[in-house]
Amino acid sequence: MTITYREALRQGLREALAGDPRVFLMGEDVGKYGGTYAVSKGLLEEFGPQRVRDTPLSELGFVGAGVGAALGGMRPIVEVMTVNFSLLALDPIVNSAALLRHMSGGQLSVPLVIRMCTGAGRQLAAQHSHSLEGWYAHVPGIKVVAPATVEDAHGMLGAALADPDPVVVFEYPALFETKGEPASGKVDIASSKLRRPGSRVTLVTYGACLPKAMKAAEEVDGEVIDLRVLRPLDMAPVLESLKKTRRAVVVDENWRSGSLAAEVMARIMEQGFYDLDAPVARVCSEEVPVPYARHLEEAALPQPEKIVAAVKGLFA
Amino acid sequence: MSVPFLADMLRIRRLEEKCAELYGAGKIRGFLHLYIGEEAVAAGAMPALEPQDNVVATYREHGHALLRGVPMGAILAEMYGKQEGCSRGRGGSMHLFDAGRRFYGGNAIVGGGLPIAVGLGLADALRGENRVTACFFGEGAVAEGAFHESLNLAQLWRLPVAFFCENNLYAMGTALARSESQTDLCAKAASYGTTALKADGMDVVAVHDAAQRACAQVREGKGPVFVEFQTYRFRAHSMFDPELYRDKAEVEEWKKRGPIHSYTARLKAMGELTEEQFLELDGAAMQEVEQAVAFAEAGTWEPVADLARDLHTP
Repeated sequence: MTITYREALRQGLREALAGDPRVFLMGEDVGKYGGTYAVSKGLLEEFGPQRVRDTPLSELGFVGAGVGAALGGMRPIVEVMTVNFSLLALDPIVNSAALLRHMSGGQLSVPLVIRMCTGAGRQLAAQHSHSLEGWYAHVPGIKVVAPATVEDAHGMLGAALADPDPVVVFEYPALFETKGEPASGKVDIASSKLRRPGSRVTLVTYGACLPKAMKAAEEVDGEVIDLRVLRPLDMAPVLESLKKTRRAVVVDENWRSGSLAAEVMARIMEQGFYDLDAPVARVCSEEVPVPYARHLEEAALPQPEKIVAAVKGLFA
Repeated sequence: MSVPFLADMLRIRRLEEKCAELYGAGKIRGFLHLYIGEEAVAAGAMPALEPQDNVVATYREHGHALLRGVPMGAILAEMYGKQEGCSRGRGGSMHLFDAGRRFYGGNAIVGGGLPIAVGLGLADALRGENRVTACFFGEGAVAEGAFHESLNLAQLWRLPVAFFCENNLYAMGTALARSESQTDLCAKAASYGTTALKADGMDVVAVHDAAQRACAQVREGKGPVFVEFQTYRFRAHSMFDPELYRDKAEVEEWKKRGPIHSYTARLKAMGELTEEQFLELDGAAMQEVEQAVAFAEAGTWEPVADLARDLHTP
């Protein structure tokens, strides 16, 4: 039975809440409102206000409280409405959650899951359109995952909760209406995956760029790898694919400079240089704040046509 | 009135005097923030807590860790950077941890401990645990959003958190009146509907009474309590501070109210302590310090091969 990405997220949450009394969901408008994107709709009625907890607009406060609750034996799922607002909570994420285990000499664990929506493409303008996965993936001590399929949207939450350390889950509103099969069993948060076989070029991507890369791949006979897990990166399928295609384009909605794509390209250089027949290319967001006007926003983001053009450039 | 308060204050004082000396000798590096002058707060507040309670502290936390029961040797070894330290040498002076004693650090981001304390309280409320989370922080933290967000959350959800504010009048070098439009810290806490108490932080008995009242209310499930302990730091902010921001005369004036000698005098006047007994307590503290130094000196360096250890939970 196919369901949408949004329903898959909800199903993952419901299973998590039903499966472990230590799990609770906390965030802005997750309860009475039903979630900004209606992801948590119905969960308050099902699990009650203790376990589906509306918070004030205090990202720093309630994400930090999530860290404390995890230390105190709970398995909190903290929803920060969007990555844009998570900038108000960088202190508890980067200075506490990510550091506490190492800094305490291995005494403490922070089994905290932080979910946030991310990405542009819906004319929400500059302050609601950031893509900052690369920032989070920069930090040792946290894991970062990016479900791009219905299966992962459903199954990654459970895997993140089973992890004894902090996990940041990026969710993609641009994919919320995507339909597919939910996970039939456990999914991992350790590996990248081949999404489409091809022979002429390897397209490495994640998140909302996956369908764009899939579309481009049809035109250029591309092999598509979905990174899925942005920290720690699993490069093995990428390097394996390169042995066959000998060319790679990395597709990433981050701004180009210092993007996650830059890290992937560096690793290809370090580990797959002699398999390459052309320099590695990338398609990222243009280095401007994301504009409101539709035509400008489209021009600022990776698009299938840009990916096709980048691939053709490798054969020029 | 009790002699243990005095013994505890002396243990902190003697330890930190030795820390300053060891810093000069290059045995301790990095930032070192001494608590000297403020000992009555930790010495009065800690005995109000039970073993099952949680403690969250700041980067000026040697005294809190010690009185929570972390062995002095493990504290000093941590400052040496030795793997026998209470954080395996990963944290240093500012990041003392002891999970077994529910001592959650050692937080060196001003205000950073408050949301964590709220979360510990939330976990206890959800799990039905009868614990108090005692959160120590300086008055500098009240300028941070974390203070206001934490007070609001704790009060809104009636969480079992005791917010213990150590007001030593200076946030590093910035006097309270130079940084806050409202200098009455209790008024800030009260604006969230939180019970707010004030106590003389130079008087260990007054500290203990206030801390006990606060913890009793928290334990009864009546929500958080805020206590302002009015105290003073006799030494520099850290070892790099030339103290350009305050008059020597002001420091001297506060030193007259020093928590250790004033309490010693009170005990003596009440006939509860002789000079001989005082010297005995002080001697015991100094002996404990010497043993801690020996423990730290004998400690070992963690192999560099273990650098990436404890990044993730196995």
